[in-house]
Amino acid sequence: MADIEVPILTTTVEKMVQWARRSAIWPVTFGLACCAIEMMAMAAGRYDVARFGAEVFRGSPRQSDLMIIAGRLSRKMAPVLRRIYDQMPEPKWVISMGACASCGGVFDNYSIVQGVDQVVPVDVFVPGCPPRPEALIYGIVQLQRKIDRSRMSA
Amino acid sequence: MATRTETMTVNMGPQHPSTHGVLRLVLELDGETIVNAEPTIGFLHTGIEKTAEQKKWQQIIPLVERMDYLGPQSNSLAFCLSAERLLGIEDQMPERVTNIRVLLAEVQRLSSHLVWLATHAMEIGAVSVMMYAFREREQILNIFEMIAGFRMFPSYFRIGGLREDLPRGFHGVLKPFLEQMPERLDGYEKLLTKNQVWTKRTVGVGRLSKEETLAMGLVGPMARAVGIPYDVRKAFPYLNYHSYDFKVPTETAGDVFARYQVKLVEMRESVKIALQALDRISPTGVYDCGDYRIVPPPKDRVYTEMEALIQHFLIYSQGFNVPKGECYVPVEGPRGEHGFYIVSDGTNRPVRIKSRAPSFYACQALPMMIKGGLIADVIAVIGSTDVVMGDVDR
Repeated sequence: MADIEVPILTTTVEKMVQWARRSAIWPVTFGLACCAIEMMAMAAGRYDVARFGAEVFRGSPRQSDLMIIAGRLSRKMAPVLRRIYDQMPEPKWVISMGACASCGGVFDNYSIVQGVDQVVPVDVFVPGCPPRPEALIYGIVQLQRKIDRSRMSA
Repeated sequence: MATRTETMTVNMGPQHPSTHGVLRLVLELDGETIVNAEPTIGFLHTGIEKTAEQKKWQQIIPLVERMDYLGPQSNSLAFCLSAERLLGIEDQMPERVTNIRVLLAEVQRLSSHLVWLATHAMEIGAVSVMMYAFREREQILNIFEMIAGFRMFPSYFRIGGLREDLPRGFHGVLKPFLEQMPERLDGYEKLLTKNQVWTKRTVGVGRLSKEETLAMGLVGPMARAVGIPYDVRKAFPYLNYHSYDFKVPTETAGDVFARYQVKLVEMRESVKIALQALDRISPTGVYDCGDYRIVPPPKDRVYTEMEALIQHFLIYSQGFNVPKGECYVPVEGPRGEHGFYIVSDGTNRPVRIKSRAPSFYACQALPMMIKGGLIADVIAVIGSTDVVMGDVDR
């Protein structure tokens, strides 16, 4: 069999699954406020998040595995956000983008939820008001590292 | 067997990729035709007007910039102009400051219209236009970053002037950008104006009559698309717009395509105004009204003179008092007449500020435009109105 050379890589199932999950993160198109514009800028030509495999923005939560909460979350919107999160299939991750999503930001008042971690579990917080697209890309890379480290549940 | 027909109610939004934020529309459908539509707003209510009542006058500028987040500097300009009228320092404003404000307001309009064009075209299916428009917008954001170190919300307009002087090399960056802009606009027009897909999705869609436009209080590009030549820059000139040479474009069709045409010409006019303004601005010079009760003294004086240091400290700790009164100064924002009605009781915080948000009125007119149309046209109509939910809900 020496004349047939088949290239072979050996790995574990877990590592392969982690690699597949982190290399093709599909975010849901979920823009709330100002940060959504920077999220769009991240997907556009200059920053080009496709380099990190996360450019396939999906209109439906049922096809996505990442929710980027881009902007301030009002109390009226919070149940909607939770429902969209619940509609996403497992495994799913959440990036809280910007000061408002992370802690309420400058809007410490009656209408804004002071941190989306009160509503959904957050994996990565990205600071800024709004964060630069580079910052969001860094957040996505951090999330990829987190996925890489995660253990497959039995 | 007898057939029964009934309408179907479909919920669109608040999470929808093409509702420009968190607008919710409850659509009543008869097949593909829309019988009734009801917009539901408030999903982005931020309480900015209430929060502003607890802030000192100069602290409100970053807040109002986050209302209409596509045209932030037109918000802060409107707020500054209202506050300056109450303070009575309008006449002390140097010509250079006024020209820089005109310049940045027009560049902001360009950047806002570019996002509108990008999203509007993308939703109808022309994704390449989005990439091109964002390429130009990034150049504008670079310029904003240059003047204030912040891409989207520079907070460069302050009550009493500007935050600081223009950065070194400002003219050298802005001028080539503005000069290449008409060519870039030609490029967009080449992609869209005669494109059959584009015209079939936009011509005759979302039509509004002149009467309906007036009844709904629509101003700005929406009104100009039905032939009402109302532009605050011409009707009630603020800053020194009366000294600039520009035209107010109008169309008569009142449909989505007419709004597109109006906005593209507006972008060309903005470039024209910005180039005129740029020629009038010296690279260095005065950047505030010089009234040290309102604007902090320059940093080199703060570091060397005791009085300047005290003044600096007073402004940033206590703020300044604005005389008792009420006032409203409108500006022509990217989406139409935009202004703040502010009430002061003579202290360092406002009693009430109320924003006239053009997107709110456009949102109100949405049912009129989409009733009787097809469900696929809803997206085209929402895109053409250029609503920003941050501006609607505040």
